[in-house]
Amino acid sequence: MARAAASRRSFLGHSYNLVGVVASLVILAWTLVAIFAPYIIPHSIGDIVDDDYFGPMRQGLWLGSDYLGRDMLSRVLMGARYTVGISLAAVSIACFSGVVLGMLAAVTGGWFDTCLSRFLDAMNSIPSKLFGLVVVAAVGSSIPVLILTLAVIYIPGAYRFARALAVNINTMDFMTVARVRGESTAYLIGSEILPNIIRPVLADFGLRFVFIVLLLSGLSFLGLGLQPPLADWGALVRENIGGLPFAAPAVVVPSLAIASLTISVNLLIDNLPQKIRDRDA
Amino acid sequence: MTNLVEVRNLKIEATTDAGRVVEIIRGVSLDIPDGEIVALIGESGSGKTTLALSLMGHARPGCRITGGEINVNGMDMAALSEKERAKLRGTDIAYVPQSAAASFNPASTIMEQVIEVTRIHRLMPPAQARKRAVELFKALSLPDPDGIGARYPHQVSGGQLQRLAAAMALIGDPKLVIFDEPTTALDVTTQIDVLKAFKSVMRAGGIAGVYVSHDLAVVAQIADRIVVLKGGEVQETGTTAEILSAAKQPYTRELLAAFEPKRRQAHAGAEAAANQLLRIDNVTAGYGAMRDDGLPLIRAVDSVSLIVEKGRNLGVIGESGCGKSTLARVIAGIHPAAAGDITFDGKQLQRAARKRSQDQLREMQIVFQYADTALNPAKPVEDIIARPLAFYHGLDRQARSKRVDELLDMVRLPKALRYRHPSELSGGQKQRVNFARALAADPKLIICDEITSALDTVVASAVIELLKELQRELGLSYIFISHDLSVVEAICDEIMVMYDGQRVEQITPDKVKAATHPYSKLLFSSVPKLDPTWLDGLVRDPELVSQYGHR
Repeated sequence: MARAAASRRSFLGHSYNLVGVVASLVILAWTLVAIFAPYIIPHSIGDIVDDDYFGPMRQGLWLGSDYLGRDMLSRVLMGARYTVGISLAAVSIACFSGVVLGMLAAVTGGWFDTCLSRFLDAMNSIPSKLFGLVVVAAVGSSIPVLILTLAVIYIPGAYRFARALAVNINTMDFMTVARVRGESTAYLIGSEILPNIIRPVLADFGLRFVFIVLLLSGLSFLGLGLQPPLADWGALVRENIGGLPFAAPAVVVPSLAIASLTISVNLLIDNLPQKIRDRDA
Repeated sequence: MTNLVEVRNLKIEATTDAGRVVEIIRGVSLDIPDGEIVALIGESGSGKTTLALSLMGHARPGCRITGGEINVNGMDMAALSEKERAKLRGTDIAYVPQSAAASFNPASTIMEQVIEVTRIHRLMPPAQARKRAVELFKALSLPDPDGIGARYPHQVSGGQLQRLAAAMALIGDPKLVIFDEPTTALDVTTQIDVLKAFKSVMRAGGIAGVYVSHDLAVVAQIADRIVVLKGGEVQETGTTAEILSAAKQPYTRELLAAFEPKRRQAHAGAEAAANQLLRIDNVTAGYGAMRDDGLPLIRAVDSVSLIVEKGRNLGVIGESGCGKSTLARVIAGIHPAAAGDITFDGKQLQRAARKRSQDQLREMQIVFQYADTALNPAKPVEDIIARPLAFYHGLDRQARSKRVDELLDMVRLPKALRYRHPSELSGGQKQRVNFARALAADPKLIICDEITSALDTVVASAVIELLKELQRELGLSYIFISHDLSVVEAICDEIMVMYDGQRVEQITPDKVKAATHPYSKLLFSSVPKLDPTWLDGLVRDPELVSQYGHR
């Protein structure tokens, strides 16, 4: 008990621990890179700047060169933009729709709940990679298509999660009180349920973000994600996979980038700042 | 070593999540001689359960025994290792929990669980243990002592389960049994059987006991000595008779006074008949599939009629499962009636709340038993109280804020409380906020569903006093639903007794002694009195008990 208390610091009525702070710094760093990438990259991502392919790390080409001799540092920095941006957009759409539908189903109940739940269960039963493959093969790959596909794949999960939480809240007496008061459904879900489930929903948001980053990387690895010369981290790993026997930084660095982002998000979720609930303090 | 239990200067601390250390028990000393039953009494948070658990050397997660000695049968429980303590638990010291229903494993038979102690400690062969268990079942006057062990926990009633939990505790022949509020969750009619069974078994075996409770009347029946706790300190110790008749500490007197709330002064009933506020005719409601005649399969409320007059209060009393809470939900429209009429303020109401007009909803408010679940834990108090103001009265921010202050003042809460969340309030404060929200709607009728049952005696009597005052100021009417006769007597002009979904009798509080219906007689005679000889002297008509008591 005493040890747990000592490893946590408190700030603004919340207590933090070191792992959470480090993880959020990593995420913040990648976010800044994603926003400012065009201004800080040393070379354009399409320029061939090295005479050799899979060049080693050296001055001027800090992360070596890729299989065509392009600057790896620039490509990784720009890749952050696509990986973080597409995943964030997709996860926002998925969680927003899933959570709203989930709360609505819990509050309304009856036929609406049953039909929606069965429909989304059916969606859930389609393997996500296969679904992605089919859609991209059918309508072609572009950023909006990728975002929407990834969002649709993750809506059923977010829905299930939010509905399970909201059903519990829905049985509380304060929900009955609000209903007897004559409140509208919008008020019930927005003002009575949402504040009570927001923390687990945010944790779920983070987890889903990780899944989407991995799925996007997976799709890109299969060649169905972003099309050249644009490349997110998954695509960078794929196009440089030939450098693996040479231990080229071109294949190692984007893998590390994916790992650092996803692990940091996971660690942050597990170590979210906790509000101090103390009666007198 | 003369006493079985000697606790000296015991200190127990807990650490909050901000790292602050809170003292739960502050230097308590306590003696229990062989064969004596000592009651620990006090409000919730007074440390009575923590103290009782420490006798087994157990501190709940987050708590630590930081000082003092706990000598039980010559051994210091605080100094022993967990392994050594485990050897004593079940054989020297046993524990009977508050909720037996939650403490039994639903997946195995009762007999298996009762004799488990003998298996763990290798006390006797299973066949002998079973025989001993059946003897205990007989001693605890359980029905069908030979067959009850083969049943599963959900197949017996709550009162029986509580006695079975006692059998489980007694099978290892302990020297000390700890009872943690064992009858709090039971109906009064059931409570008596359980108390009688406990008392006779403990007396026969000469077993010492610790009885934790907040109900002074229950404690008076079973305990030899009473220890009054408040804020982790002993307020007063004395024999039961001393505490009841000659309490020295002001807190003990407060506890005693709270037991008999002052009666409400009867209103002048001259204009009564013309002023019907709520009238219910032959309302039937229930659960399960609808049958051909349009009535549900299980009728929780069966053609009940009642009238509430303006400025007067109706009490509805009955045991759990009698349909009194369903009746409240039917009136409020949460659970629409299957048949019958509800007339409110001269107009017929729709059965479902969804179809009633906003004004009709506003004029009838319902306050629930558990303020913990009735207040949204994610919102501060001011938002909770302000919502009806915005919703019904359309007040702007400033007017709302002023009115919230007034309402908090009305329910005697400090204004600073408005920024707190419900989890930062005590039970009594939460119930006041719960009530303030109902008042914010400016209602004519407030339905109170067991609003004092989750509160301690002293707090509950303060809430009742508050309700009476508000009624005088605002001219409200209450429907007061409770299983506690003394509460209903204190505030109501009329009392309706319900049994099995039906109204069995309606009487005024001063005629409670002269109830005519047999069930009312049984119910009213089962309410414990502050007299230590009451239980022993109680004679109940066996026919009545077998007809209405759920044994």
